[in-house]
Amino acid sequence: MTAALRFDPIRLPPKCEELRKEVRAFLAEEIAAGTFNPFKPNREDTDVPAFSRKVGERGWIGMTWPKKYGGHERSFLERYVVTEEMRVANAPTRRFFVADRQSGPILLKYAPEHVKMDILPRICRGELCFAIGMSEPNSGSDLFAAKTKATKTDGGWLINGTKIWTSSAQIADYMIALFRTSPPTKENRRHGLTQFLVKMKQPGIKVNPIGQITGQFEFNEVVFTDHFIPDDYVLGEIDGAWKQATSELAYERSGPERFLETYYVLTELVRAVGEKPDTRSAEGIGRLVAQLHTMRRMSVSVAGMLQAGKEPVVEAAIVKDIGTVWEQQLPHRVRDLAAFVEEDVGNRETLEKQLSFAIKTAPKLTIQGGTTEVLRGIIARGLGLR
Amino acid sequence: MAESENIVVETAEKIFTDLADAQTINSDKTGGWRAPLWQALSEAGLPLSWVDEDLGGSGASLVDGFGVLGAAGRFAIAVPLAETMLAGWLLAQARIASPAGEMTLAPTSPKDRITLNADGTLTGRARGVPFAKAAKHIAVLAHGADGVSIALVDAAKLRIEPGLNLANDNSDVVTFDKVQPITAKPAPKGFDQNALMLMGGVVRSLQIAGSLESMLDISVRYSNERVAFEKKISKFQAVQHNLARLAGESAAALAAATSAADTIATNPSFTEDAVFLEAVAAKIRCAEAAEKGGAIAHQVHGAIGFTIEHILHRYSLRALSWRDDFGSESYWAVELGKRIAARGADELWPLVASR
Repeated sequence: MTAALRFDPIRLPPKCEELRKEVRAFLAEEIAAGTFNPFKPNREDTDVPAFSRKVGERGWIGMTWPKKYGGHERSFLERYVVTEEMRVANAPTRRFFVADRQSGPILLKYAPEHVKMDILPRICRGELCFAIGMSEPNSGSDLFAAKTKATKTDGGWLINGTKIWTSSAQIADYMIALFRTSPPTKENRRHGLTQFLVKMKQPGIKVNPIGQITGQFEFNEVVFTDHFIPDDYVLGEIDGAWKQATSELAYERSGPERFLETYYVLTELVRAVGEKPDTRSAEGIGRLVAQLHTMRRMSVSVAGMLQAGKEPVVEAAIVKDIGTVWEQQLPHRVRDLAAFVEEDVGNRETLEKQLSFAIKTAPKLTIQGGTTEVLRGIIARGLGLR
Repeated sequence: MAESENIVVETAEKIFTDLADAQTINSDKTGGWRAPLWQALSEAGLPLSWVDEDLGGSGASLVDGFGVLGAAGRFAIAVPLAETMLAGWLLAQARIASPAGEMTLAPTSPKDRITLNADGTLTGRARGVPFAKAAKHIAVLAHGADGVSIALVDAAKLRIEPGLNLANDNSDVVTFDKVQPITAKPAPKGFDQNALMLMGGVVRSLQIAGSLESMLDISVRYSNERVAFEKKISKFQAVQHNLARLAGESAAALAAATSAADTIATNPSFTEDAVFLEAVAAKIRCAEAAEKGGAIAHQVHGAIGFTIEHILHRYSLRALSWRDDFGSESYWAVELGKRIAARGADELWPLVASR
């Protein structure tokens, strides 16, 4: 008997809807003030530090964390609402998003008390940007092949090696990275890696930008040469990082950012077809909206299960698999339908610019944050196939 | 298969397990399984789940009934349980009591239209009516000079041309040729053919989602038994990834269908855009999942799944057929697209986020 997948029809509670209004009002003000352009896709190289601090002032970073670290002890469902509204508005969230979603929770769990007191409140104020140091030139999906070495020295560790594809490293204040502290054992090839907190912009760290096919220089190569990390920046068990990585991943995989990255082209298509679309456009839009609604209901369901303390690992992997494949195909489907839009519609130029960017962005969506192949392997394991 | 946490659903699952085993039904050439199954369902009050006790039913909640239909999908139930439930529900909208025995309903397509004439008779034709041939009574939604009415009709008075759907279940053409109904009453304000199509569509969505759960289950099991190239086929990455995609389609269907059912159970006002979105999105997405998921289930099974002897077709062909009832996915996609366009681009996200 296959373990049943659960997607209970969980709804966001009423207080989330009040919060949603606040977030929409805030974003409308920021758009009016010219902080960002909602018609322009949220390019990952768009960095707006002042916006981060304003979001922090509103209490929308570290929403679920304890108050003593600057958090707000609100629910994951409230955080969900803030995330989705920011995504849909194309708000420039990149400076705080990684810290809020995954770096902060890792620090909360594994960092020493004084490190938490030092760093978490600054994340909540929107002052800090985090990067994730996982991939290496010969270690992408296969995390446990990482070779960048941490060698014990007096009072800390010396780091030597290279991380790659590191988003935001050029602006990041900190990175949470995986380094090799021991060789793998015969019994456990995942043994020997340790999670570290890295303070960026320090001696022994060189960040080299890498150009992407979208024209952005958003990810980087990060080279460590005898970079010193103090002992209190070790996160969790030495050699035991493999035990630590799993449960947080459900949050990372199932959020609204996993199907909304190219959403803007759908809005713009609806604008372009006008109030009375032909049958072809109507059918195309209808199917896309039905698929979008379904994914969001799946994603909210997983968020609700996480909030209730469950561990929907397989369900979360399914959301990311289906969600990223959908957001990858979306610009192509919109392009199909846009071919029939009247020549002189007012938003043609906006739609074309967006499509051009979205189509170039699309290939990365099923790679970043865990490839489709890795996710399907996780789902297969959950089904009892591996 | 999902374990239910609900006594009504548990009762249904027990009856299905005892009397609707797919393998037994598949090998039974006489159809002898039908009568005992229907009798047990009737004794448990399930066909009239959605009819209040004073109208002859068992007065279960919408939630309970939706749970029963999900289970019926998991067992690919091929007696008119869903149809009788819907017929009873339709009659109850006009406070018409339900008779005992099998029922179905008409129309089951948004494009068919039955007319209530000034003399009280019914005229019109309904195509693709499930189990009309097996029904003793038919619940009808008809349009008259005074608006929408609901009627109960003796099936013996109708011309029924039998047809079969993909799964060889009856799907018939029913002709109303100045037929006098047993009873006809006005539908409540705001209740129309669209409401009936949405409710029927949600029922079919739940059945499709249930059938996909079973297709996933038997496909996983088969892949863990079948050996090829000296190993279980479940150990091939290509097969694993296909099954992962089937799990995704099954999950999407389940999420969409249960969300729509939950919406109707808490707010059965079919004219609201949010209810419309939930109901038609479920039908569209479940129909897409039936196609994609069913294809993978067959791919995993290879030739054996293409045989009459194997049970897979009981689920796969029914799921594909259910797509057609109460409006196909392409029909509803057009309707949804029109509504989204009429609301305007900036109202799309607020609608999606309101669910």
